Amino acid sequence: MKRVQFANPLMPYMLLLPQLVIVAVFFLWPAAEAVRASFYLEDPFGFGATFVGFDNFTDALSSSDYGRTARFTLGFTAVTAFFSLAIALLLAVKADSVIRGASSYRTLLMWVYAIAPPVAGLIGVMLFDQHIGPLSEMARFLGWDMQIGVNYYDTAFAMVVISVWKQVPINFIFFLSGLQSVPKSVQEAAAIDCRSGTRRFWTVTFPLLAPTGFFLLIINITYALFDTFGIIDLVLKGEPGNNPVTLVYKVFLDGFRGNDLGGSSAQSVILMILVFVLTVVQFRMIERRVHYN
Amino acid sequence: MAGISLNNVRKTYAGGVSAVKGVSLDIEDGEFIVLVGPSGCGKSTLLRMVAGLETITDGEVTIGDRVVNKIEPADRDIAMVFQNYALYPHMSVYNNLAYGLKNRGIGKAEIDRRVREAARILEIADYLDRKPRALSGGQRQRVAMGRAIVREPAAFLFDEPLSNLDAKLRVQMRIEIKKLQKSLGTTSLYVTHDQLEAMTLADRLVVLNGGQVEQIGTPIDVYENPASTFVASFIGSPAMNLMEIERSGEGWALSRGEGLSLTCSLNETSAILGLRPEDLHIIEGDGAINDPLMLSVVVTAVEPVGAESYVHATLGETGQEIIVRAPGKQHFEVGSVLKVAAKKEKLHFFSSETGKAIALEGNLQPA
Repeated sequence: MKRVQFANPLMPYMLLLPQLVIVAVFFLWPAAEAVRASFYLEDPFGFGATFVGFDNFTDALSSSDYGRTARFTLGFTAVTAFFSLAIALLLAVKADSVIRGASSYRTLLMWVYAIAPPVAGLIGVMLFDQHIGPLSEMARFLGWDMQIGVNYYDTAFAMVVISVWKQVPINFIFFLSGLQSVPKSVQEAAAIDCRSGTRRFWTVTFPLLAPTGFFLLIINITYALFDTFGIIDLVLKGEPGNNPVTLVYKVFLDGFRGNDLGGSSAQSVILMILVFVLTVVQFRMIERRVHYN
Repeated sequence: MAGISLNNVRKTYAGGVSAVKGVSLDIEDGEFIVLVGPSGCGKSTLLRMVAGLETITDGEVTIGDRVVNKIEPADRDIAMVFQNYALYPHMSVYNNLAYGLKNRGIGKAEIDRRVREAARILEIADYLDRKPRALSGGQRQRVAMGRAIVREPAAFLFDEPLSNLDAKLRVQMRIEIKKLQKSLGTTSLYVTHDQLEAMTLADRLVVLNGGQVEQIGTPIDVYENPASTFVASFIGSPAMNLMEIERSGEGWALSRGEGLSLTCSLNETSAILGLRPEDLHIIEGDGAINDPLMLSVVVTAVEPVGAESYVHATLGETGQEIIVRAPGKQHFEVGSVLKVAAKKEKLHFFSSETGKAIALEGNLQPA
């Protein structure tokens, strides 16, 4: 490792300062604020706060509404992560085996990734629009009267489809590069050892992709839990009603619509702990990733 | 077990590049054939066509009595050892060996017997539980060999299996591969660019150049009677000395003017004369010479390698360089003049146009 020497000992800290400031202002401070607020009952109009200990946490965890949202979030995350990974893997395997025009296919499949999440969400919402959306029209044609924003399951379905659609390209890029790093000679050796291409995939290629897969699984769980906020908001058009929401969306609803800052802070602290656990798991996985080299 | 036969096999890539331009070869059951040639000569492509890893553009490949052109690699009854071993990194050594057998529906007990037997032969029994990453290069090479052996295939295909090993290990593994092949009696096709490896391993050598066969023969036959200047310069180290000669009055001269003391009659007006470094002997003093060829050369450099020395020298002022092999203990001064001679049967002649060997019988008589 090359060691860089600075003439001024303060120099490295100066260079790090902008990043540290960003972390402090946009992460540490709000996080600390949320932790503090989670122990108080805030007056909705901002006239002071009362310390209530763990009441916000026990209230949140014991409410049937929270349980219902948590169950939906769990299901939503599992389904979204599974389909994002499965579709991306399928596409990557197919793209990897294309020989002619391979780079054009790959570029096309990665395109969606370049779209900003709100724009992707908006396009997705348009596709599912009650009146002009081609997907709703197709569903009606197939005899499914899709009512986004009215029917609980239809809304959930649209949320999952748009979230998966947005996430597939990034998974695709990782899987494709993972596939391309499987040595060609190993695949050839497998072709001599095993006749069935499907069996070869599950016994040789897939295990070699597993490190990429673990890494993506964590990334996708995090994505489905947190980054789908924008998509959910667009699908619901800011009017949740009786529609399904995820835990992150509930934090926003309770805090800013319900004006229950203490309760919503408690929920966000719970989520913070969840992120922390996921991050630890992810780092463990990344450490283990090197083991095939 | 089975023989392999190639009938006018061709490989042309999509871009129109022709890698193999019509190779025909009959390999007997149990024979060890080495494909040798410089990089890009098509030897690996040819091997991969036999394995089924490359499509065959034209011609036929037969293993045993089956034409295998359209048969999947797994169904060709061959096993291949790759240059970088291509072990399955996520499987233990045991599973690496067993994988091909499991996929063929062979019973557990039989798999276990074969794996343990191969591990015993290759001395890797202690590593069966390890993953390939925990093995040294030489051990990985053995596992790759083991994976081929357990299959008990009709033929082994080797794609430069020793080129990733260090020099000492390479020599050791070379001998082991040879012994193993003889004891198993499995037909083998072995690709290498190392002419020494080719010479020591092969029952018969196939020298390839530019996608075509230059010569097929036993190592000694190829060495003693190279079919072309290409084979002459490729097989043997140091390489055969090649010099262009032309008829000059009654005798012969180097193409660049220098006279040669060469007393033989050849029906050509020009030719290429080939001389192996070890076939040139140094004449002491004014010793009488009965040999048809005698040269005076100026020593430019000496490479002592122990048992022998390679004397680099130039022929007069033409700059034509030749190498002479001399006994190791002899001392040579750079700049001194040496007289070297060669026996009639040690002279090789090649056509100046095609580079093909000109038969010694008939064309060459003592003058």
